[in-house]
Amino acid sequence: MIGGLFIYNHKGEVLTSRVYRDDIGRNAVDAFRVNVIHARQQVRSPVTNIARTSFFHVKRSNIWLAVVTKQNVNAAMVFEFLYKMCDVMASYFGKISEENIKNNFVLIYELLDEILDFGYPQNSETGSLKTFITQQGIKGQHQTKEEQSQITSQVTGQIGWRREGIKYRRNELFLDVLESVNLLMSPQGQVLSAHVSGRVVMKSYLSGMPECKFGMNDKIIIDKAGKGGVTNEAGKSTSGKQSIAIDDCTFNQCVRLSKFDSERSISFIPPDGEYELMRYRTTKDIILPFRVIPLVREVGRTKLEVKVVIKSNFKPSLLAQKIEVRIPTPLNTSGVQVICMKGKAKYKASENAIVWKIKRMAGMKESQISAEIELLPTNDKKKWARPPISMNFEVPFAPSGLKVRYLKVFESKLNYSDHDVIKWVRYIGRSGIYETRC
Amino acid sequence: MTDSKYFTTTKKGEIFELKAELNSDKKEKKKEAVKKVIASMTVGKDVSALFPDVVNCMQTDNLELKKLVYLYLMNYAKSQPDMAIMAVNTFVKDCEDANPLIRALAVRTMGCIRVDKITEYLCEPLRKCLKDEDPYVRKTAAVCVAKLHDINAQLVEDQGFLDTLKDLISDSNPMVVANAVAALSEIAESHPNSNLLDLNPQSINKLLTALNECTEWGQIFILDCLANYTPRDDRESQSICERVTPRLSHANSAVVLSAVKVLMKFMEMLPKDLDYYSTLLKKLAPPLVTLLSAEPELQYVALRNINLIVQKRPEILKHEMKVFFVKYNDPIYVKLEKLDIMIRLASQANIAQVLAELKEYATEVDVDFVRKAVRAIGRCAIKVEQSAERCVSTLLDLIQTKVNYVVQEAIVVIKDIFRKYPNKYESVIATLCENLDSLDEPEARAAMIWIVGEYAERIDNADELLESFLEGFHDESTQVQLQLLTAIVKLFLKKPTETQELVQQVLSLATQDSDNPDLRDRGYIYWRLLSTDPVAAKEVVLAEKPLISEETDLIEPTLLEELICHIGTLASVYHKPPSAFVEGSRGVMHKRLPARTGSGESTESPDVGAAGGSAPEAAPSIIPSQGDLLGDLLNLDMAPPTTSGPPPPSTGMQMGGMDLLGGGLDSLLGGDIGGSPAMGAGFGAAPAVMPASLNAPVGGGLGDLFDLGGVGMPMGAYIPPKIVWLPAMKAKGLEISGTFARRAGVIQMELILTNKAMSVMTDFAIQFNRNSFGLAPAGPLQVLTPLGPNQTIEVSLPLSTVGPVMKMDPLNNLQVAVKNNIDVFYFSCQYPISMLFVEDGKMERQVFLATWKDIPNDNESQFQIKDCHLNSDAASSKLQGSNIFTIAKRTVEGQDMLYMSIKLSNGIWVLAELRVQAGNPNYTISLKCRAPEVSQCVFQCYEAVLKN
Repeated sequence: MIGGLFIYNHKGEVLTSRVYRDDIGRNAVDAFRVNVIHARQQVRSPVTNIARTSFFHVKRSNIWLAVVTKQNVNAAMVFEFLYKMCDVMASYFGKISEENIKNNFVLIYELLDEILDFGYPQNSETGSLKTFITQQGIKGQHQTKEEQSQITSQVTGQIGWRREGIKYRRNELFLDVLESVNLLMSPQGQVLSAHVSGRVVMKSYLSGMPECKFGMNDKIIIDKAGKGGVTNEAGKSTSGKQSIAIDDCTFNQCVRLSKFDSERSISFIPPDGEYELMRYRTTKDIILPFRVIPLVREVGRTKLEVKVVIKSNFKPSLLAQKIEVRIPTPLNTSGVQVICMKGKAKYKASENAIVWKIKRMAGMKESQISAEIELLPTNDKKKWARPPISMNFEVPFAPSGLKVRYLKVFESKLNYSDHDVIKWVRYIGRSGIYETRC
Repeated sequence: MTDSKYFTTTKKGEIFELKAELNSDKKEKKKEAVKKVIASMTVGKDVSALFPDVVNCMQTDNLELKKLVYLYLMNYAKSQPDMAIMAVNTFVKDCEDANPLIRALAVRTMGCIRVDKITEYLCEPLRKCLKDEDPYVRKTAAVCVAKLHDINAQLVEDQGFLDTLKDLISDSNPMVVANAVAALSEIAESHPNSNLLDLNPQSINKLLTALNECTEWGQIFILDCLANYTPRDDRESQSICERVTPRLSHANSAVVLSAVKVLMKFMEMLPKDLDYYSTLLKKLAPPLVTLLSAEPELQYVALRNINLIVQKRPEILKHEMKVFFVKYNDPIYVKLEKLDIMIRLASQANIAQVLAELKEYATEVDVDFVRKAVRAIGRCAIKVEQSAERCVSTLLDLIQTKVNYVVQEAIVVIKDIFRKYPNKYESVIATLCENLDSLDEPEARAAMIWIVGEYAERIDNADELLESFLEGFHDESTQVQLQLLTAIVKLFLKKPTETQELVQQVLSLATQDSDNPDLRDRGYIYWRLLSTDPVAAKEVVLAEKPLISEETDLIEPTLLEELICHIGTLASVYHKPPSAFVEGSRGVMHKRLPARTGSGESTESPDVGAAGGSAPEAAPSIIPSQGDLLGDLLNLDMAPPTTSGPPPPSTGMQMGGMDLLGGGLDSLLGGDIGGSPAMGAGFGAAPAVMPASLNAPVGGGLGDLFDLGGVGMPMGAYIPPKIVWLPAMKAKGLEISGTFARRAGVIQMELILTNKAMSVMTDFAIQFNRNSFGLAPAGPLQVLTPLGPNQTIEVSLPLSTVGPVMKMDPLNNLQVAVKNNIDVFYFSCQYPISMLFVEDGKMERQVFLATWKDIPNDNESQFQIKDCHLNSDAASSKLQGSNIFTIAKRTVEGQDMLYMSIKLSNGIWVLAELRVQAGNPNYTISLKCRAPEVSQCVFQCYEAVLKN
């Protein structure tokens, strides 16, 4: 299991060190500093073995978090734990920075005592941790017996993510379908790989212990339902693509996985406030919101002509926002002249790229940029690697085609029904790694 | 409120002030003081002097203060066991507190205090807590049993805690179950044969129920525990699989990977014709792909595991090639792993796509990645025959880029392609020859020379090409020298008339002017073969070579099976069994996959059928890594072993001398140099077979047969090339260049004096400043004749190590004064510390072990030696030439660990551990020495010796 956890600043000074196992000595702290943080060349793996001791590390801005162990631990668990630890810290005191860590070191020690016991991760739900560990010191001495046992039963219980007795005057929930669409396209416009990774994020303000059921246009469910009725074929032909094929999905721990496995229905008791209900991935029939057409011509040894056309490919009534096209330039660029029809374009020497920004663009439109790049003559034999042209944008629909069909809320003990809950649904598609080779 | 102020107290008398504050009456002040103490502890200051004062603060109802004091106790109790006992009462009292959080805190902390006296008092409170009404206390107590077991195993057994722990598996609270499982699994690991976990269908059922209800971490503990169970038959196996499958949709990647581990293991037992079997296979792919959208560190863990899964069951991901395409912004460690998996998944169906990608990668920036991409193209050619032609043309395109390392890498892989498809792509040789001049890496030079030699009859100017290499013969690496020798002999056998002179030249270079016994031996063998029976020589040297096939680096099947049982863990990340990196008894148990059983017939013990069932369906064909195949011995070079005993046969000798081309292959290979895991796999021999047993008799016999004088002479010590120490500009026309050497136990400074002035120089004398190791001239500088204008003279000056000592910076700096009739000149130079390694530096094994343990870990330093292509035996023999003695060698799953000792002239011992991984050009070296400042210099010597 986990032998110890160290937090360092960028200089390699220890900010927090908690050792859980006897086989980890103080010299482990230095070993990591010397061999990883101060290593002469960039570290080439997030797992390092130094003299039979293994170190796992992640970096958050310039803070290093390292887990050390001498055993054959579950490596995936260690990283999941480190991410979780970061989330927990962030939810207590915001950004993980040297200052914040120093300011909250007592709190961090308390958390580390609670979250890890003898190197075994225990309870890491911020919701329940905050009921008895706070930044203003610990609650506990003034609680009643009932409150105490409520805390412990929540921490260890089946529904560790929600406490009893939550009340809202207005029962309300917000659903965000957030997708990032990833693309790798060849210069000739052939899709090399494309996938959407999506998340359903929910903010729930519901009283009591509501039971929720979430439905979407998952092909498997629709086909299943269709077998019973006759509407299936007709439905498909009238409104085109109705259901989507989801490659895989993962759920928040509140979702009953066995029920999903057997009936493919998503039912759960939601945590209070904001959380991620599910993640999913699709690769079929993705709507690619933009197409990038690059044209790069080398004119002699000292000049490069670049022309890039972007085409928006969605309903004309919708507007894409925050569009940014990043065209890499060679390292020996001496000057750039840019002409673009729309938006603003600038050559950023420090980033070796021309950045072209467009605030808004409607569907089924086209825009183009052309640039002349002057190069310094070099005797470097190596050719320029031509990094891909990347793109950022935001569109108000889900590129995977996912639609929320329903979200039903049942609370048997309290007197509100599904109809009384105010529900909001929003779709946002963003670019993930959206690249076109040139 | 901010806490950062606690970090800023650095003034003197701090401890004293803290002491006062800790004893203050005001609660707030006390708390502040404890916080300061903890802050000092964090940054590594020793605040153990405050122990009694801090412990005094423990009696408080302020929970925050209490927690801080506990934290302090956990850190320092061990150093102050007698004082720690003061805390016991408070603990015992807290274990009875009304607040369950406090009860749990007390029992949790008590378990972390590793003081015998305290553990005695722990038993009673622990017993109560294990039966506490509150689940939070029970789950904490469960872990505490594991803590106590770690301190005093006997005590835990005597007190019957293990039984209580077993009872907790049936607890109503899922988190208690999960912690009990975790604790029991850990305890069971240190008692390999105990039946502690006693998994049976009933308890498994309980675990599976708890699995649905507990936290994500608890699910991991339970799944990891389930993976150790062996179902009785395929029906049970299937029902467990059915209940584990839903976990594949969990958001926590560790839960997913642990579920994959259980499924991969239990699948072994399912009959392949079962519908469920193929359903399960289909269900595994999507979650594995989803892991690749996690954060990069987790992606890395996932990819290392997928690499194993793909080798075990390629069918799972065979349609998912695209997801392994490298993204431009992936971290390098993700890129390299993806590339590896792409090659494993390459097949006729997707090869076009793969090649297009690989070609793209070959233009990227990161050198390692580009090299690997180029190599991957070659591997594709060998793996997918239909694509070979396309691969070759892609490689040729890449050669046209003229990027130096791309060209070299391409040539190395093309050589392999030639060996796989002889007489097919030789038309490209002309293009390769054009790049001859740009090759500066030994591997690429050797590959090119092999190609020229192998196809000498088709290359008109083969003799000229090879002759051009011959000019700098002695500067080449051994690999290239051996290859050049073989290539020229091949050329001679093919074109005897024109190349007689050339072959004589190379034979004399190899036999008379070389210090390398392997080169010399091979030279003699060829010489005798050629002079006694040219026909036989032709048969031997130009014999048909076995084709190479498939891949070089599949993991050996038994290791693969074990690693599959460790999916998700560090072992699967390192691709090494836990015993290779875990100390002590933990995790040394070798896990294996269960056997396939028919329904109904149950195997009594899982081990009985394991051997049969676990054998892979079709043993993958593997190219033994270089040096394992006899064909390689003549044509592809490896650096053969040299031991300190009787001169071992060079590999060439084994072949030429004993004619083993045919039958006796296996037996001989069993005794071959060992160490490479691929060998064990290819020939079914245990990789642990050590060379010594076989080498000795064979080596002895051959040594007699070929008693050719110099064979027994040890390899010469490494001598750095001469460099100019004193340029003529600075010394009124006197130029001095030189180096240091150790010959027959005497350190010598070898100087070349050149007179670049117009007048004659006489009356030379030399003096050293005081230096770190007391080096001093043992006699006068012997320049007997006057040095005329433009004359050069070589002098060697014996040195002693009994001069005055003064520590220099750098350590090996030497300041020298040289006088002649014109003036006195000063210069400074650095000597390789290897000059000071004495001949009796071989430590006894036992002494070594004891010394290694004795030297504190702080004195250990680690270094990396990059791009060294020797195998461990060659490295060892090379090092021995410079008085670095190998004392022991261990081979752990493909990684050779060499333990070495060095003694310096002033009696300092340096101990070293050199780790060499087959196929990995980067060595890791750990040095331990009582005078750690020499480590850096010693490391430089290693590097210099190994790379020359």
